[in-house]
Amino acid sequence: MSTTEIERQWTSRIRRSVVAKLPPDKMLPDTQPAYVASWIYVFGVTTMAALMVVIVTGCILALDGPQWWHSSSLGHFINSMHLWSVEIFFFAMVVHLWGKFSMAAWRGGRSLTWVTGAVTFLASILAGFTGYVSQTNFDSQWISTQAKDGINSTGGGAFFNVLNLGQMLMWHIVLLPLAAIVLTILHVVMVRIKGVVPPFEDSKEVAA
Amino acid sequence: MTKKNFRPDVDAPEYKGPYAPYDIIKEGTIAVLVVFLLTAALALVFSSPDEKAITLKTWSTADVVDFAKTAGDELTGTSAVAGYGAPYNNNGTAQHWGFIAPAHWIGVHIPVNTATDFVLDPLSSQPAQPALSAALSAWKGASSSTQTAWTDAYTKAEGNITFANGVVKVPTTGAGPIPTLINYLTAMARSGALDQALVTQNGFYTTNYTKPLLFLSDGTYLAGLADQQHLTGTQWGMMNETGQYPGQAWLWLYTFWYQIPPYNTSVSADFLVWGTMMILTALMIFLPFIPGLRSIPRRLKIYRLIWREHYARQG
Repeated sequence: MSTTEIERQWTSRIRRSVVAKLPPDKMLPDTQPAYVASWIYVFGVTTMAALMVVIVTGCILALDGPQWWHSSSLGHFINSMHLWSVEIFFFAMVVHLWGKFSMAAWRGGRSLTWVTGAVTFLASILAGFTGYVSQTNFDSQWISTQAKDGINSTGGGAFFNVLNLGQMLMWHIVLLPLAAIVLTILHVVMVRIKGVVPPFEDSKEVAA
Repeated sequence: MTKKNFRPDVDAPEYKGPYAPYDIIKEGTIAVLVVFLLTAALALVFSSPDEKAITLKTWSTADVVDFAKTAGDELTGTSAVAGYGAPYNNNGTAQHWGFIAPAHWIGVHIPVNTATDFVLDPLSSQPAQPALSAALSAWKGASSSTQTAWTDAYTKAEGNITFANGVVKVPTTGAGPIPTLINYLTAMARSGALDQALVTQNGFYTTNYTKPLLFLSDGTYLAGLADQQHLTGTQWGMMNETGQYPGQAWLWLYTFWYQIPPYNTSVSADFLVWGTMMILTALMIFLPFIPGLRSIPRRLKIYRLIWREHYARQG
């Protein structure tokens, strides 16, 4: 096989493109701009750390089925960790979102980074909601019977039946986590490619 | 790029300042450890709520009159679900804004006939009993005008229903077989058989609780328990959790609209709230592309607090 032929392979082309856009020192940097020096930057990584705990505790809950946690003290503890990691996840995510808003972090070709982050937020809300209605307890009975009116009013209730435990559980443990994970990876890759948005520059603001 | 073309809310200046050491792997590892330990500590100290689910059996035992009234409403087609409209049936007007009525356009996708699904079919699944069989035959064989006459008599007496010695007493003689059917359904519910009958209508295996949940939601018992747990709509219920636990606090804006006019006075409140939230959500997602809105952070100047060290270095 000739060198030219190898260079024209799909695999070679994709590798070159990936390495060009995201070289190792960008993917795993060992330095960062000095302006990245505020507590607000902690909340992005905190969100991802909480997401990892949410996923791990959710996987443990999945091992013995959706009702295990009602009858097992260990199951209840894991469920408690699942709940609190979700609370931390959303707290960190909301602070992260407001922080990025305050920095207008979409500047400099970072619009899609903002968009993927916002859509991840929405997917997470839906994931949280489907979790609440999949608890198989009084809370899930009440939340689902109330929430049905909202989604039904849009016509969406015909396809997304919040009273159908099987459907909600599948969305909660398969589809929405998958969406959240894929979107988070995309979001992080975009951050690594573009870097952290630089501060506003007063002189350029005036010039504009 | 010239200064003239530089758009401060779209473009970012090129950074030529200093860099600092940054160990991304160490930062991520520490974050995971801290969050894990914090989560475990919160779980150990505060645990999590788990109020047991109620059943038709617990409902009909704890508040038999409410159950009996609801059963009567399901049979006579006067319950909330019976007149809900799409996606359950065609008996109600779908929520809308002007001519925009997506629920009506999409129509019935989860058919629910409360009389058949909640009362007649479950009772028909019971072992034959002369009085029950006669009542079922009488109801099914009656003309719609006769059923309406029975329903009217039942509706007038409904407020005075009592329960004593295991019997639901409907103080009227003009309701035809309705009191008999209600009594049998109440007995069925109190034995636990109705819970099973409603979830197994589609076969042995099931994960769909639409029908028993709709039945439960038609009574006042479920809402009463929710009120005690500060979960109702006027209590910002959607974002609350049973007990004193934090719930879905991130739904505060969604819940907020239900507390104020015109949303809380509209018959299409849900549709208006969802419409509002969809517009706001679209604005959030596409914020970078919306002139004016994308300038807010620059004008608020909170960024000067975030990057205060950077600006201090610049003097």
